[in-house]
Amino acid sequence: MSENIKISIRGLYKIFGVDPLCALEHVRSGAGKTELLDKHQHVLGLQNINVDMREGEITVIMGLSGSGKSTLIRHLNRLIEPTAGSVKVDGDNVLDYDELALRGLRREKMSMVFQKFALLPHRTVTENAATTLAVRGLSERESTPEARKWLDRVGLNGYGEHYPRQLSGGMQQRVGIARALTSNSPIMLMDEAFSALDPLIRTDMQDLLLELQRELHKTIVFITHDLDEALKLADHLVILKDGLIVQNDEPQQILLNPKDPYIEDFVSDINRARVLRVRSIMKPINGDKTSDVHGEVNLNDTLESVIEKSNGDVSHSYIVTRDNVPVGIVDMSTLVKALVPRVSAEKAARKF
Amino acid sequence: MADLLAKAKGGEANSAPWWEFSFPSLDALNKACASFPQSRDVTKGVEEVFLAIKDALRIVLDPLTQPLSWMLEFILSVVQVAPWWLMLPVILLIVYLASKSLRLVGFVAICLGFLAFIDHYDHAMQTLSIIFVCAFLCVFFGVPIGIAMSRSDNLQRIIIPILDMLQTLPPFVYLIPLIFLFSVTEPKLYGIAIILYAIVPVIRLTDLGIRLVDEDVIEAADSFGMTERQKLFGVQIPLALPNIMAGVNQTIMMSLAMVVIASLVSAPGLGVLVLRGIRNLELGVGLVSGLGIVLLAIILDRVTKAALDRINASQKSQ
Ligand SMILES: Nc1ncnc2c1ncn2[C@@H]1O[C@H](COP(=O)(O)OP(=O)(O)OP(=O)(O)O)[C@@H](O)[C@H]1O
Ligand SMILES: [Mg+2]
Repeated sequence: MSENIKISIRGLYKIFGVDPLCALEHVRSGAGKTELLDKHQHVLGLQNINVDMREGEITVIMGLSGSGKSTLIRHLNRLIEPTAGSVKVDGDNVLDYDELALRGLRREKMSMVFQKFALLPHRTVTENAATTLAVRGLSERESTPEARKWLDRVGLNGYGEHYPRQLSGGMQQRVGIARALTSNSPIMLMDEAFSALDPLIRTDMQDLLLELQRELHKTIVFITHDLDEALKLADHLVILKDGLIVQNDEPQQILLNPKDPYIEDFVSDINRARVLRVRSIMKPINGDKTSDVHGEVNLNDTLESVIEKSNGDVSHSYIVTRDNVPVGIVDMSTLVKALVPRVSAEKAARKF
Repeated sequence: MADLLAKAKGGEANSAPWWEFSFPSLDALNKACASFPQSRDVTKGVEEVFLAIKDALRIVLDPLTQPLSWMLEFILSVVQVAPWWLMLPVILLIVYLASKSLRLVGFVAICLGFLAFIDHYDHAMQTLSIIFVCAFLCVFFGVPIGIAMSRSDNLQRIIIPILDMLQTLPPFVYLIPLIFLFSVTEPKLYGIAIILYAIVPVIRLTDLGIRLVDEDVIEAADSFGMTERQKLFGVQIPLALPNIMAGVNQTIMMSLAMVVIASLVSAPGLGVLVLRGIRNLELGVGLVSGLGIVLLAIILDRVTKAALDRINASQKSQ
């Protein structure tokens, strides 16, 4: 994973209404979402968004309905114009682009996958997957093999001549993903791409996305309102609430140190043993105190697998290795503590 | 004013009870004071204005609409010259291409065969060919107008009242100014009347169809960097096609209705026979040609609906 910043958003505001610039002044001087709506009849979409998205990572934007996720992702390819701020892609401010440059950006650099699939019903699956190349003026002869290749890759071999209506929802979204991949753009924007699918298909699609990502290393911006999905996919997690970023960190860190009651609520129902990894709770190795350990675990093992290994014995401790080199130590008592979310721990403390 | 009113009813006030005073219309006011114009002067004024601009209007409209006359004359002479054994297969082929249904082709063959059998072939062909030309022109002009309307709210605000007016005017009323503008012997007279009357649905439904195209698909098209042109021809028009075709269907049916009425101003076809039936009280002639019109209506409706269904079936998403 490189450290290159691919997309950098600074001071982004979006206000919906008749006179957003005037409303912006009120927001800058401290008006919140409800106040702006009640007093000034403007909807605060986003306020002061600052995020960096790194190349080759999946950045997940999470938040409840109406928190501004779709609004945010649509600023990246300027389907929505911001009220203030900057959006830089590879160092260029997208907001300075003229129509031509913007079209170039949308054609070559970013492709999008939609919640409702948004396939063209009058075109076959192959033609749909080839649209992203066809808009660039490529002939059918050039674009079809590429489209076929990606359709095969997402598991739609042999469905090329079908029409979207003949496919199930999951398959239609595979076409949506193939369409985005066909464009060979380095950035993929996915707005609740899996939310319309039923849970089993959804898990399949998440696995497919992770598998593709291991191979392709795209910069993916993924939107979801589902924390499980966010934790499964995210290299980096951004939590939005009422148009404001409440926390913006590695998912493990958010889970262990939620900054805000809103996030604590969110994370309290999660199966932490399955999500947390050894690296987030280990202590760095000190000295050669490695005699009384009960084995080795990998940096990226989940706590669940460590518990399984220990057979539930809380006195065990393990050496943590990365590429077979010891880097830290984890003992079961820390591990068990990490399993209890902070809120419920506090609640329990108050009770007794 | 009050004085005048008093004077106006003053004459009769003695004999009639008080509640029977007349409305202060122009004629009533004129009776009281001669300086008021009479209603007849108003109609005359309108007529004079119309006659005054008529020549100027004709200089502009005549050449513009002349091609319509040529087209109508051409197609009418073609159907007259072309032998039936050529025309019928051509029509049946068109029906097949539009509907892809052999049953419908058979039905049309029977209907047209029946009309030919009772010696209404020529009249039916004239009616069909006029409809063909006029409906074609309606689509030719109506679809672009509808597209333009769908892209500009201002244009839509201007055009909708015009369409409302065209749709609510009784068909006979169209004919009045047209009779003065063009001579009754020119085919374009009825051509224009038919087109004005029948173009409304295709414009309306094109506009509606394009406005109803799924927002998500439009957004997707934008997100892939489609140009306006690619979006219009690759997404909006294809997705609006079911609505546009529904408009075409209505346009054709309204052309048929109007072509019958237009026989009052020398449009040839089955309408002429209906008119003869009315004028000469030839009940049989009127009824049989009426039946012919019904058969044509059924044919046209079935064929365009079949084409529409085919498009609908290929468009159903999800
Ligand atoms: N065109 C618009 N005009 C006015 N308000 C808007 C507009 N688009 C979005 N909003 C408002 O902006 C806020 C954020 O909307 P957005 O669609 O980004 O939410 P979201 O997080 O994507 O929600 P969901 O999970 O339901 O998709 C909402 O309060 C919404 O009402
Ligand atoms: Mg949304």
